[in-house]
Amino acid sequence: MNKPIRTVATFCLLLFLALLANSTYLQYWKAGELGDDPLNRRVIEAAFSRERGPILVGRQAIAESVPSDDKYEYQRVYPRPFLYAPVTGAFTYFDQTGLERSQNAVLSGEDSRLFVTRLVDMLSNTEPQGGSVQVTINPAAQQAAYDGLEALPGDVEGAVVALEPSTGKILAMVSVPSYDPNRLASHRLGEVTTAQTELDKAPGDPLLNRGTSTRLPPGSVFKIVTAAAAIESGKYDASSLVPGGASYQLPLTTGETGLLDNEGRACGTDRIPFAQAMENSCNTTFAQLAVELGVDAMRDQADKFGFNRQYFEELRQATSIYPEEMDEAQLGQSGIGQFEVAATPLQMAMVAAGVANGGSVMKPYLVDKVSSPSLQVLDQTEPEELSRAVSSATARGLTDLLVSTVESGTASPAAIPGVSVAGKTGTAQSGLDDVPPYAWFTSFAPADDPQVAVAVMIQKADIPRGEIAGGRLGGPIAKAVMEAVITQ
Amino acid sequence: MSQTGALMGFVHRRRRGAELFLLVLALAVGIGAYAAVGLGVDGEVPVNLIGYGGWLTALVLAAHFTLRFFAPYADPVLLPVVAALNGLGLAIIYRLDLAKEAAGRPHDFAQQQLIWMTLGVGLFIGTMVLVRDHRVLQRFTYTSALAAVVLLLLPLVPGLGYSNFGAQIWIRVGPFSFQPGELAKVLLVIAIAGYLVLHRDALALAGRRFLFLDLPRGRDLGPILAMWVVSLGILVFQRDLGSSLLFFGLFLVMLYVATERAGWPVVGLVLFSGGAFLGYQLFGHVRNRFNIWLDPMAYYDATPGSFQLVEGLFGMAWGGLIGRGFGEGRPDRVPVAESDFIIASIGEELGLTGVMAVLLLYALIVERALRTALICRDGFGKLVATGLAAVIALQVFVVVGGVTGLIPLTGLTTPFLSYGGSSLVANWVIVALIARISDQARRPPPDLSPDSGPTDDDATQVVRLR
Repeated sequence: MNKPIRTVATFCLLLFLALLANSTYLQYWKAGELGDDPLNRRVIEAAFSRERGPILVGRQAIAESVPSDDKYEYQRVYPRPFLYAPVTGAFTYFDQTGLERSQNAVLSGEDSRLFVTRLVDMLSNTEPQGGSVQVTINPAAQQAAYDGLEALPGDVEGAVVALEPSTGKILAMVSVPSYDPNRLASHRLGEVTTAQTELDKAPGDPLLNRGTSTRLPPGSVFKIVTAAAAIESGKYDASSLVPGGASYQLPLTTGETGLLDNEGRACGTDRIPFAQAMENSCNTTFAQLAVELGVDAMRDQADKFGFNRQYFEELRQATSIYPEEMDEAQLGQSGIGQFEVAATPLQMAMVAAGVANGGSVMKPYLVDKVSSPSLQVLDQTEPEELSRAVSSATARGLTDLLVSTVESGTASPAAIPGVSVAGKTGTAQSGLDDVPPYAWFTSFAPADDPQVAVAVMIQKADIPRGEIAGGRLGGPIAKAVMEAVITQ
Repeated sequence: MSQTGALMGFVHRRRRGAELFLLVLALAVGIGAYAAVGLGVDGEVPVNLIGYGGWLTALVLAAHFTLRFFAPYADPVLLPVVAALNGLGLAIIYRLDLAKEAAGRPHDFAQQQLIWMTLGVGLFIGTMVLVRDHRVLQRFTYTSALAAVVLLLLPLVPGLGYSNFGAQIWIRVGPFSFQPGELAKVLLVIAIAGYLVLHRDALALAGRRFLFLDLPRGRDLGPILAMWVVSLGILVFQRDLGSSLLFFGLFLVMLYVATERAGWPVVGLVLFSGGAFLGYQLFGHVRNRFNIWLDPMAYYDATPGSFQLVEGLFGMAWGGLIGRGFGEGRPDRVPVAESDFIIASIGEELGLTGVMAVLLLYALIVERALRTALICRDGFGKLVATGLAAVIALQVFVVVGGVTGLIPLTGLTTPFLSYGGSSLVANWVIVALIARISDQARRPPPDLSPDSGPTDDDATQVVRLR
């Protein structure tokens, strides 16, 4: 009987080999895939109860994990919840948003750059610690932007984004109404669900980061792009005469609907200086320029500033739009930031920053440094050019136009004594009867050595319809943000 | 019996000292794991470590000295391997107890398991003392068969049997619940071995040849068909896919070894495929298991669904190569992790390393049992040892393969590791039987030379002519 017994032994060997091979496949090759499975609560719970790294502004943590004596061991805490919620997002049991989501690998300690730390933790049988993320936010600018928006009357909806033109660092990112991430990070999951539902339904979408996710018609602030396209075309420069006029009938239209005017601002007749057109934000001028330049030139210029593309991975970014297919009437409207043109505050800040930076648009970023738990810098973000929007000569010309707009034009509320400021206002028609216009303001300073570019967008505030104007509402906020950066 | 002659010249040593040394290592695994669980989960050594360690040591030493006195030539590797597995199992069960306690549901499964282990070792000792020669068991061929059938039928008795996790394989007597099927395994091995030893020649007679295979005669198909029917019966009435597979596989292996005909396994496989197909067609629970196996993730939320399986897979994947470490995993996420899914808990907290170590320990048990079968001098012993080896190998394959997604999940206990008295006790008896047979096999052959008196120089010599 020994021969069959040996066969049985071989058979048993095969059984065990199959088990060993399959376990290896499961626990080694397939482990990553199973770990990423959305059904896998283990990984989520482990992350939830881990000592997650802090998100830092300067030396201050705007999100940190503190020990808690319950099942999950660590509680995520947001010391300045409403101010920084658009940046940090929330770390909840169910998911993460904002930087908590995009920087999850670093914060949770699973990033490959933290490999050595992880190894040490593993050998000492301690739970892995997360690395820290240092953001580019300037706390004074952030506070100024938040206070400015909150000071507006009523239930304000709006956003401010400030950039450092030379690098693309985001110096301020504020969105109101904001929310308290602490409620969502609670360990009492029932309350989290309640809070989540409440915030989802809350008026004004507090969970929405208007700085990067809200696209609205930019209105007159878009005239910077139209002016850039005009100067880049070679037909104009900052000192030349441009088409003017008290009113302009859009091509292909007749009557009231297609007739543009300048709301009483002086835009001369026939030809006026470029500076006057910018100072008085002449709709007639820029509509005519857009029609004259054509769809391709306009769209090309918009794209170079960042329209119709994705360039910001750290938070969810809505793509700003400059349409592709338009007839001449729509093209004219697009020249003054109407029709289907839609931009995020971030995008308009990039337009200002691009002009400020001699025509080079830098890729915006929030994460400055990634450090290990022992505060060793693992990675420092290198500024990177997104695109060359205009030549440096064009940028200089545009800067001159925008400086005169602040000095003696509609953007005067942003003037800072002793500092040369460049800026542009915008009041965009929402295109809906029951929705008041949106107030925009974009500026940068100092004009000769730009350190900060700002875009302010006020979607809604408790202000009578007729009094909504980008300069009056947005100008002071932009000024406060710029001062906060410059006077440091 | 063939080949015994070749072994005549080689005399096995007792190696009880080596066994003792290995047992010390096994105890280090068991007690060390227990201490590590306490350290990992609570940050301190369990308060009762000394008492626990002492108890475990006493049990293992009792088994060891039983072998010294009653089976001095028994295989020295078997007991340490089993002790290590059992100790590890206790530690894992204790770990799961702590997890449940943290969740506010105190359990004392580890304590109960230790009591069951004590009973198991008691039965081991009892078997060693009472069964001095395994061939005695051959007398009980039909008694065992009858007892096994009765045991298998018990859970179907109304009022006595009850269903748990969808399988009608439990009986409840007072506070105790018991899976008679576990003991039936051992009795079946004895019964089949006894039957086959008597009828192997008849069964080995070749029938017709078919594609290089000697198929058995039609009239001899009776027993295999009967066994097939019994297995199907278990599947149908008790909804226990695992046991059904195990019994049928076991029977095939033993039949093949007894008759030395490869035709039998082929016939068996055909029957198995037929049974599996029938089961798939007729029974929802079989179909459900099969579908889950093909795509576990799709049934995560279904009922009956793959929640348990997928959680086990997640746990093992999360454990990775070296595991999370005791207290760092979430093995309690898997429902009833302490029984069928204990290997998933090991995979999660001790990693692939732990799983491989456990699988290799099982492989060692199987290998020692088969080695015993090879050197055993009588057919009955050979068959019993092979059968017991096959039981362990198949059971481990079915349960670990099921948990790791290699084959459809069928639900069997993991020998020596799983929480569950019936299984543990039955497996200790299996170890006792293997030890008994190996003692017989390794014992030096009795000295048959006349011991005294002058011998005739010109005595008749027996000359072998062949």
